[in-house]
Parts: sequence; C-alpha cells; structure tokens
Amino acid sequence: MEAVVRRLGVWALVLLAAISAIALTPDSGFAIHMGIVALVAVILIIATLGTYDPLAKAQSIFKMPPGPSRYDDDVVRWGVIATMFWGLSGLLAGVFIAAQLAFPDLNLEPYLNFGRVRPLHTSAVIFAFGGNALLATSFYVVQRTCRTTLAFPGMARFVFWGYQLFIVLAATGYLLGITQSKEYAEPEWYVDLWLTIVWLAYLAVFVGTILRRHEPHIYVANWFYLAFIVTIAMLHVVNNLAVPVSFLGSRSYSAFAGVQDALTQWWYGHNAVGFFLTAGFLAMMYYFVPKQAGRPVYSYRLSIIHFWSLIFLYIWAGPHHLHYTALPDWAQTLGMVFSIMLWMPSWGGMINGLMTLNGAWDKVRTDPIIRMMVLALAFYGMSTFEGPMLSIKAVNSLSHYTDWTIGHVHSGALGWNGMITFACVYYLVPRLWQKERLYSLRMINWHFWLATLGIVFYAASMWVAGITQGLMWREYGSDGYLVNSFVDTVSALHLMYVARAFGGILYLTGAVIMAYNIWMTIAGKQRAEAPMGDTAHDEAADRPILHEPAAQPAE
Amino acid sequence: MMANKRIDEPTGTEFVGHEWDGIEELNTPLPRWWLWTFYATIAWALVYVVLYPAWPLINKATSGTLGWSSRGELTKEMTAADAARQGIFEQIAATDIEQLAASPELMGQAIAGGAAAFKVNCVQCHGAGAAGSAGYPNLNDDDWIWGGTLSEIEYSITHGIRWEGADATRVNYMPAFEGMFDTAQVNALTGHVLSLSGKGTSSAAGAQLFAENCAACHGAAGAGMPEMGAPALNDAIWLFGGTEAEVKKQILAPRHGVMPAWNERLDPVTIKMLAAYVHSRGGGQQAAPAQEDAAAETEVAQAAKTDSDG
Repeated sequence: MEAVVRRLGVWALVLLAAISAIALTPDSGFAIHMGIVALVAVILIIATLGTYDPLAKAQSIFKMPPGPSRYDDDVVRWGVIATMFWGLSGLLAGVFIAAQLAFPDLNLEPYLNFGRVRPLHTSAVIFAFGGNALLATSFYVVQRTCRTTLAFPGMARFVFWGYQLFIVLAATGYLLGITQSKEYAEPEWYVDLWLTIVWLAYLAVFVGTILRRHEPHIYVANWFYLAFIVTIAMLHVVNNLAVPVSFLGSRSYSAFAGVQDALTQWWYGHNAVGFFLTAGFLAMMYYFVPKQAGRPVYSYRLSIIHFWSLIFLYIWAGPHHLHYTALPDWAQTLGMVFSIMLWMPSWGGMINGLMTLNGAWDKVRTDPIIRMMVLALAFYGMSTFEGPMLSIKAVNSLSHYTDWTIGHVHSGALGWNGMITFACVYYLVPRLWQKERLYSLRMINWHFWLATLGIVFYAASMWVAGITQGLMWREYGSDGYLVNSFVDTVSALHLMYVARAFGGILYLTGAVIMAYNIWMTIAGKQRAEAPMGDTAHDEAADRPILHEPAAQPAE
Repeated sequence: MMANKRIDEPTGTEFVGHEWDGIEELNTPLPRWWLWTFYATIAWALVYVVLYPAWPLINKATSGTLGWSSRGELTKEMTAADAARQGIFEQIAATDIEQLAASPELMGQAIAGGAAAFKVNCVQCHGAGAAGSAGYPNLNDDDWIWGGTLSEIEYSITHGIRWEGADATRVNYMPAFEGMFDTAQVNALTGHVLSLSGKGTSSAAGAQLFAENCAACHGAAGAGMPEMGAPALNDAIWLFGGTEAEVKKQILAPRHGVMPAWNERLDPVTIKMLAAYVHSRGGGQQAAPAQEDAAAETEVAQAAKTDSDG
C-alpha cells in the first residue's frame, strides 16, 4: 500500500508543479510542454489507481516468485512497436524536408518550415527510431546472453515510457520553435534533465542485469551496449551543460561559448554517431547476425581488439567536423589523425559480421533477413571508409558544408542503421509474439530491394550534388574572380534534390511494407506464398542447342 | 590450452569455448591485412603529428616541422591572388570612374570584378540577374531612383540608402498621407498618378492634389528627380507595385527601402567595379559633360541629402 501511496504522491506533485508552471510562465511553448507533462501525470495517477493489485502486493511481501520463469519481454515488445512507429514518422519527415529542398514552396510557416522539421527528422530517426531499437534489442540481448531476467523490471518500464516522453517533448518542442540550436542536441534544459534521469535508470537496469548474469563471461554485444550507454550519458550531460534563463521558461544559455562551444558540440555530435549509431548497432549486429546465420562469431580476438581500439580512438575524432574554422590547427590535426586510425577498428566490426557467414553464405540467396544484414554491414564498411576519407583536410576542403556530407550520413543511416534494425525487428517479432513465422518472407524481399534502390538514389544523387556544389563554390575564372553566386549553385542542384526525394520515397515505401508485414504477423496471419530460395529448374532445357543440318529444299 | 579443442567444420577453425544463448566464437587470428593496415595508419599518424601542428603544450601547441598553418596557407593564397590582380587594381584606383569607359580593357576588367563582387554581396536583394523584386530595384533598366551615371551609382553603393550611422548616406522620406486625404481624394490622386503612365484616369481634383502635394519632388509630369531620390511615376516601372491598390498603399503609408553603406565592408576599388558592373547591365546613363568634375557630382548629391533632411 505504501508504495502505491508514495507513487501517487510523486505523480500528484509532478502534476501540481506542471500546473503551476503553466499558470506562471509567460512562454507559450513551455506552457504546452508542461501541459504534456501534466497529461502524463494524470494518466499515471489513473493507471496507478487502476493497477493496484492487493494480491500481487501480498505475494511480494512473502517473496513469492513472480509468475512463470520467462524472460521479461513486455518492454521489448513495446520497444519494437515504438521502433516501427517512430521509424515511419522519421522517414516521412525526411521525405517531407527532402521535398522542401527541391520545392521550397512546401515550407509551411511557421510550424512546418525546414528549420523546424529538419531536427524533427534527425531526432526521430536517430533517437526515436534508433534509440527504441537499441532499447528493445539491448533488453532482449542482455537477458538472453546473461541467462537472467531484467534487474529492475519496474525501472525498465520507466526507461521505456520515460524515453517516449522525452521524444514527444523534443519533437513538439522543435515544431513550437523550442531549441538550443545544438545539432542533434536541440532539446532545451528541462528535457535534457529528464533524459538524464531516464538514461541513468537505463544504465542501472543494464548493469544490474549484467551483474546478475548466470554466464561466466560477458558477451561482446553487451560490451558494445555498455560502451554506448555509458558514453552517451557522459556526452549528453557535458554538451548540454546550460543555465536556464528562468525556471519558468524554455530558454537557456550554454555553459560554453565560441569555439569551445563548437568543439564541445562536435565532440558530442561525432560521438553520438560513434557510440549511438556505431557501437550500439554493432552490439545488435553481434547478437542477431550469428543467431540468424546459425554460425559462430568469426573471431573472438578481433572482437576484443576492434572493440577497445574503436572506443579509444572514436572519442578523439570530433574536431574533424571543424576543419578550417577558428579551431586551432593542432586540434584539427588530432581530429584528423584519430579519424584515419579509426578506419581499421571500424572495419573490424564489418569483418567480424561478414565473416561470421563463412559456411552459411548460401543463406544470402535464401534468407532475406541475412541479405539485409549483409547489406547493412557492406554499407557500414563503405561509410566507415568514407568517414576517415572525408576527415582528411584536403578532401574536407571540398566536401565540407556540401551535400556530400548528407550523402555520407545517409549511406550510414539508411544503409547500416536502418537495414540492421529492420533485420533485427524481422528476427524479433515472431519470437516475441510467439508466432511460427513472419507473415511474409517475400515482402521482406520487396522491402530489401525498395530500400536498396532508395539508398542508391539517395547516396548517388547527394554524391553528385555535393561534388558539384564543392567545385562550383571554389570555381574561379582565369581573371581571378569567383564564377558562381551561391544561388547559382542551389539551382544547379535541383534535379539531384528531386532524385534524393525520390530515393527517400522508395525507402519509406519499403518501411511501409514492413509495417504491414509486422502488423499481420502480430495479428497471427501467415501469407500463403511460395517459399524463398527455390528457383525453377527445367532439366530438359538444361543443355546446349546442337547444330541441326539445314533442311533439304522441297522438290 | 586444452588438448581436445573442438573444430568448426565449415571453416576448420577452433572454437574459443564460450557459449551464450547458442552463440559461440571462433579463435580466428586477426586478419594480417587488417592488422598491417591498422599499423600503417598509426605510423602515418605518428609522422603527420610531427610534420604538422599537433601537440598541445602549456602556452601553445607544437607548430610542426613543415611550418604549415591554415592561416598561413590562406594568407599565401590570398596574397598570390591579390598580386595577380594588383596591376589592374592600381590602374582602376588611379582612374576617375567616369573615365573608365575610355579604356575598354580596364572597363572590361572592372565589370568582371564587379560581377564577382555582385554575386557575393548584392544578389541576396537584387537577385542573381540583378532584376530585383518587389521593394528591391531592378538594376537592368534605365530607371534610376538616385541617378544612373557611374559616379552616382558609385555614390549610392559607397554610402548606401537610408543607412543609419553613415553620415553621407542617401536619405529621403516621402510623407505618409494617411489621415491627410479622405477616401475620395486618395482615389482621385491615385487615378492621376496612374494616368501619368497612361493607365488610370485623371481628374481635375487629382491633378490639383498632385500639383500641390507631389510635384515638388516627383515633378509636374511625374518624371521624378534623381537628385532627391524621387522615383519617376510616368513609366511602367514600380518599386512597390503599380496596381491601383499598391499605389494607394504607397501614398497612404510609404515604404522606404534601405541599402547598406558598402564602404564599411568593401574597398573603394571593389565598389568602383560594382558600379561599373551595375552600370553595364543595360541602363547606365552617361554623365553630362558639365559633370566631368567628380567633386561637383558629390556636391549635388550632398545638396540633395541636405534638402531632403530639411
């Protein structure tokens, strides 16, 4: 009883604080955010009252084992649903802003202009889609590779739902114009504080689960998950150090100024890529690729060396985002050399993933999930080669500020993060909902090809656009004068922008097919279809055509 | 090591011996090409941090044995570019702007340099083709609010239009007639203004209002007065639009454009080149013979400013 009363009291206090904030703040965006918080508090109060179960309470007093001895998968199931939902939202936002760049009339002022929807897109795909995929898979993987259930089941639920509240506050904030203008760290101080609480809870659940493992060793996937959770906590806290203008308003001032602020931001921004999108997703790869392939991991030694070299080198590479700026030359040099040294540690993950298929390469032909994983690893390899290359100052002087960077990011995001996530969700859904198989394997095949074609359109068009842009910006005539105005370079890219938006539509279409497939699988349906991997073989036709003697002319 | 290591059949590699949820690991050694490439990148990095600025010390960082710096590189490139153009720059600087046209080679160089500077500094308002847009004058026509000779254009660019903080800026303000005229009067006046370019219908009342309130600046026939920056009203070119509603709006609550004084950002030669470029867009006017003295030109402009201020 006391726990319920305490919980009710906490939520009532939150509700009271939120209502007071709404009443007192002069900032309408902040008031809307506090309204969302108040709504959540009301829902939780009702839910707490409704779920009070005296029997369960009594059982826990007498330390009775809770239910059947199964893994704690509720939160994983929620995570998979959230991954799909935010994935579709984020891709849709991406297609919308791609269309805005090609057709600027689509900028709907003020809520849906490019400046507000762009962070909505990036945060939705990275933190909402990617973040939920990491939450769900980490809880799934850590339980199975530690042969135990989650350490703090209640806290795990808080992590999931608290993270969704963070996403909603961040996303609505962007549209309302609430931003601290730090790329990939746009949410303001109070949303940052909330995420810090949620993230520390996540760390507690994850570490707690590892501590109660029934395996002698910690599996490599869990090293990567742990590196991701710990480093993101550090990056998030440091980069978001800020002083609120008022505790009743959304605005704040960063603790850093000038070039220090820029360096902190790109230390954060680069390692968000390194530890969120690389380390975290490598963790997914290390569990789901060997499981789906049914093969042992290629090299234990490689996994050790590339893990430690990756996490040691990645953290220093951020300054390459600030080449040829006010950042001192020595810092630019270090950012560049660490990026170059990062090449092989990054590729270690690709080698370990791809070579795990040794002895099972035939599955690339027959298993569309394996095919997605292979494509994801191939794009991982390509973008982790392209990244160090772009960090070389001579290359960067051409590529920086151009669409080449956008193309690079998307070959990583769509190719690596997107594809590996899709593959993992396809793996998880039948197991989590205890279905015999997915609704349709052939629809995965469709998804695979639409997504691949979409990435090709996206990366190729942005590559052409970026190099065009870079060359036009630096073009000087023989008389020593600039040849192009900025707007000339913009109009030269129109066709490439249309091609990019088309690629995005293909990728989104693939994801819609996936959502349908997942939906039908959860509904318990199975599509009647020919199995994958069977190619028709006509034995009679499988021979050369022999030369026939010419027919005799008729008499 | 244990003697009876298990071997993975498809690859012939031995297992490490750990197992998690059915996942095992092979004891494959590090691929040699991977390891040597990794070593090579580290060796390359070690060389690079000696050659280039890299190691932060207490007061400054090592500057590298090559002596390279990004600022040094920029200075070198800019110096080379400046040196290549120095001859032309000096000639343009030494030539009176109205005399530029006498040397087609010099004029050509000035127009090329002006075109480049225009792309960086002017297209944001005047458009990539200098065709302007509502509120931003078209520079391709022969309608000049503040005068279209080379020296008048140079003056406008140098000191700007209504640019706060620039003493010599070109300034004028048209009175807002809101509240001074009733609706019928505004309609009559608008009709007369439009009739000057053959669009509206004039009336005695409109003509009289124009003569009393507008002709002092815009001229009796609406030909405008560049000395005061009063636009011509008798042509088809309208800065803020030429429909009846737009003209009416401009009479009641006139809008006034602002252009920066570019001498705050650009050197005199670049401004001269910009003037040559704008002048060359098609509508440039020739200076009257009496105005060959540039000082006199400046005096006229100054007088105009004093007038409009007064």
